[in-house]
Amino acid sequence: MIDERLIPRAGPAGLPRLLAGLDSSSETMTLAEHEAVHGPPPAISAADLLEAVTRSGLRGRGGADFSTAAKLRAVSGRRGATLVVNGSETEPASAKDRVLLSRLPHLVLDGASLAARAIGAGEVIVKVGDRRARVLTALDAAMSVRREDRVRFTLVPGPEGYVTGEETAVLRYLERGIAKPRLVPPRPHERGLRGRPTLVCNPETLAQLALIARFGADWFRELGSDADPGSVLVTISGAVRDPGVYELAFGTAMVDLLAAAGGPSETLQALLVGGYFGTWVAAPEGMGLRLSREELRGAGAGLGCGVLIALGESACGLHESARVIDYLAGQSAGQCGPCVHGLAAIADSVGALTDGHAHPRELDRLLRWTDEVRGRGACHHPDGAARFVESAISVFGHELERHRRGRCSAPPAGLPLGETALAPVRAPAARRTARTARGARR
Amino acid sequence: MSARLRVNPIMCDGHGLCADLLPEMIRLDDWGYPILDAPDVSPDLLALARRAADACPTLALLLDEPDG
Repeated sequence: MIDERLIPRAGPAGLPRLLAGLDSSSETMTLAEHEAVHGPPPAISAADLLEAVTRSGLRGRGGADFSTAAKLRAVSGRRGATLVVNGSETEPASAKDRVLLSRLPHLVLDGASLAARAIGAGEVIVKVGDRRARVLTALDAAMSVRREDRVRFTLVPGPEGYVTGEETAVLRYLERGIAKPRLVPPRPHERGLRGRPTLVCNPETLAQLALIARFGADWFRELGSDADPGSVLVTISGAVRDPGVYELAFGTAMVDLLAAAGGPSETLQALLVGGYFGTWVAAPEGMGLRLSREELRGAGAGLGCGVLIALGESACGLHESARVIDYLAGQSAGQCGPCVHGLAAIADSVGALTDGHAHPRELDRLLRWTDEVRGRGACHHPDGAARFVESAISVFGHELERHRRGRCSAPPAGLPLGETALAPVRAPAARRTARTARGARR
Repeated sequence: MSARLRVNPIMCDGHGLCADLLPEMIRLDDWGYPILDAPDVSPDLLALARRAADACPTLALLLDEPDG
């Protein structure tokens, strides 16, 4: 039973939730400030927490979208269980996890502590990229002031690189210093770190869990829909006036997501939904698409780790896609032939089509390759790259003919391959977003 | 419940012996790496599948046989 006294009378029914209490500075919230906003961590039994997380319908926010309750149960009560907080965030246009870890570390650590105790883990390892100085400093300071009696926190910096954030790559790095994916099965919850059952969680998932533990599953489900409950952090960048990290309700339409980020800075031609591991969706057709797994899947897309990049008409979608696939090919871990050779060939092919120098049957061969690499790597890197390229051909197909004739609609613009230019983090301008999402509930 | 073939893509070096021994189930991509369109091994191909798995120089071809 959730302790009724812990549910605030005028509960935080709208937004922001995770980002509550943040101002426009870049200061880290202290433990006292964190508890002033959300209240102290609840005294909740493992069984009650598992029940609350199950009823909440919380799903992982790292991109794989698994049921968090199912993952907790898979590891729960097994000997030597460990919790790893995967703060890698290697998707180039994503910034939500480093915002959470650098400015709201206690929210994430609360969730980690609660989850660890629920699964009987005595150790929590937080892995972060070694170039994220602000995150490392904030986490180190936060860990040192926490009064944890049954959980030990360890902070581990690791190398950068796109596939280093894959969960088996994180575990392999922690064990052997090699940040490359391992073949599954066995999955981490069966045999993970040092052969023991390991739960690998995204920071945002744990932050959501920290609030569910306090305010309950019903509260969590007040936003979003039955199928997609709760709020989600989205990093919005590209042709928008205020790029940054925003917290919105599931069910929000693309047009409203963009409005939260200040609206488009020019007429848009496409949206990249899900980042480099995602797919292109044409605008304006895609503007009414809502943040719902079913709706996105119907459009051949998925939210992934919550990245949305807006592409304006002044950019060339083919050029931008060629840049992305070049990057993805270069980020192969180099372990599997189909990925190493296939992605390199695919990137060259996209380059040739973009340069207008391709053989007449190049496109057929490209699409045969994207079909063939799928499922033939140890991880999903080649799958994501193939899917990305296919969506680029589908959405920017009209550009191919233009490029073949030596023309282009626009010169290359530049999607972020490094840091996202972040506006000060703040709540969405309109609480209307929450109302819209509620209206979408059936 | 039939036997199933699978490839460990990390161990596989693209030697291609498997495609030579079991062309009914395995073909090679443009770079010499095996493509397994359908993993289920029919009874008449089981002996060949076992030979192919044994012959792989890097032990990358794995045959999962049901118990019993």
